[in-house]
Amino acid sequence: MLNIILKIQGGLIMAGNREFFNRRLHSLLGVIPIGLFLVQHLVVNHFATGGAESFNKAADFMGNLPFRIVLETVVIYLPILFHAIYGLYIAFTAKNNAGKYGYFRNWMFLLQRVSGVITLIFITWHVWQTRVAAAFGAHVNYDMMADIFSSPFMLVFYLIGVISTIFHFANGLWSFLVSWGITVSPRSQVISTYFTIGVFIVLSIVGIRAILAFV
Amino acid sequence: MSENKTVKFIVTRQDSPDSAPYEEEFELAYRPNMNVISALMEIRRNPVNTKGQATTPITWDSNCLEEVCGACSMVINGKPRQSCSALVDQLEQPIRLEPMRTFPVVRDLQVDRSRMFDALKKVKAWIPIDGTYDLGPGPRMPEKKRQWAYELSKCMTCGVCLEACPNVNSNSSFIGPQPLSQVRLFNAHPTGEMNRGERLEAIMGDGGLANCGNSQNCVQSCPKGIPLTTSIAALNRDTTFQAFRNFFGSDNA
Repeated sequence: MLNIILKIQGGLIMAGNREFFNRRLHSLLGVIPIGLFLVQHLVVNHFATGGAESFNKAADFMGNLPFRIVLETVVIYLPILFHAIYGLYIAFTAKNNAGKYGYFRNWMFLLQRVSGVITLIFITWHVWQTRVAAAFGAHVNYDMMADIFSSPFMLVFYLIGVISTIFHFANGLWSFLVSWGITVSPRSQVISTYFTIGVFIVLSIVGIRAILAFV
Repeated sequence: MSENKTVKFIVTRQDSPDSAPYEEEFELAYRPNMNVISALMEIRRNPVNTKGQATTPITWDSNCLEEVCGACSMVINGKPRQSCSALVDQLEQPIRLEPMRTFPVVRDLQVDRSRMFDALKKVKAWIPIDGTYDLGPGPRMPEKKRQWAYELSKCMTCGVCLEACPNVNSNSSFIGPQPLSQVRLFNAHPTGEMNRGERLEAIMGDGGLANCGNSQNCVQSCPKGIPLTTSIAALNRDTTFQAFRNFFGSDNA
């Protein structure tokens, strides 16, 4: 039995290919499912612009999905956990040199790492404040968020956190396209730069509008 | 007027691989068309620093003196480049010279670049043609492809791309852009292509291709204008397919 498991693992992760596998998994998970979940989350939050009732309806729909805990674990918790832990390792093995080599992509390289760490801090707090609170009996609704944003500090913290998360996703989408060999030529990489800037701007508008709807 | 014109250098020196680096300043008479190498040679003739103290001549590496061998690479005014093609007239003064610290420093400006040659062996950057009998002429290469491949073959293993890369450092085992682009060169060759899987497997190993973080400093810094990031992206595509072949199996060899 153990023999068979080892054989499967050997086929999946060739000897010494663990790093290749981990890096590619890290890149994939950032877009599918984490990126898709982020877009979905921002869109659902945007219901807040239609008033408290509109948001509560959407939040209740998401909160009452069947197999909720399974969906959360497979689509959100496990992928984010891997992405965050391996991402921290990646971020801290780099020796950043954007001061010396101030090229656009090198700044994006640095910002991707900085935004990743900010996003991790933000998400940890956000999960604690909403999902963990819900597990202890709090009700996730419009009033909960309006209460959080009654503190100006929290409002600024969430604005920074959301923008940082969206940046990390948009720029990560650009490097996902390179890492999987989808954009190879310099021209395709320039076009995908403009495309991902568009993704960043559009999602930022959606995210900021949703936050301000609670204020 | 120009008789009193001088050139000032601040050189980061190091007496042995393990000793602490220190800076030493030199000032020498300006001559027209000086490059950094000729200035270092001038200092070697009379190794006296600006304080008037006699010192040891500066150690550096150089060979061809026409920017094709890559040996004389060093960090000049903050950027890694070849010292033979670094013209004093085009440099801001004082000219700062430092070794490329990504590599082990042997002495002063001389570094040990052997990790790049080891990497070329690791990725099998050659075309196996040896046999016990004459294998014949091999497949022909289209002229257009040959011209394209020539650009990749300009790599002189100078180490500038590794020095500029934020992911090549003492915390990481990343082999860097230089050997990766050579995999693309040898995989593009009609005979080399016969062993493409072996080279792809080699760069899918630890410290390989996947460590690239797309800062793209390498392509900005390469003195030969080699499209290093295009090579890396193309290899990302090739290794994606190779990984699928490894996992699912393939009826192609």
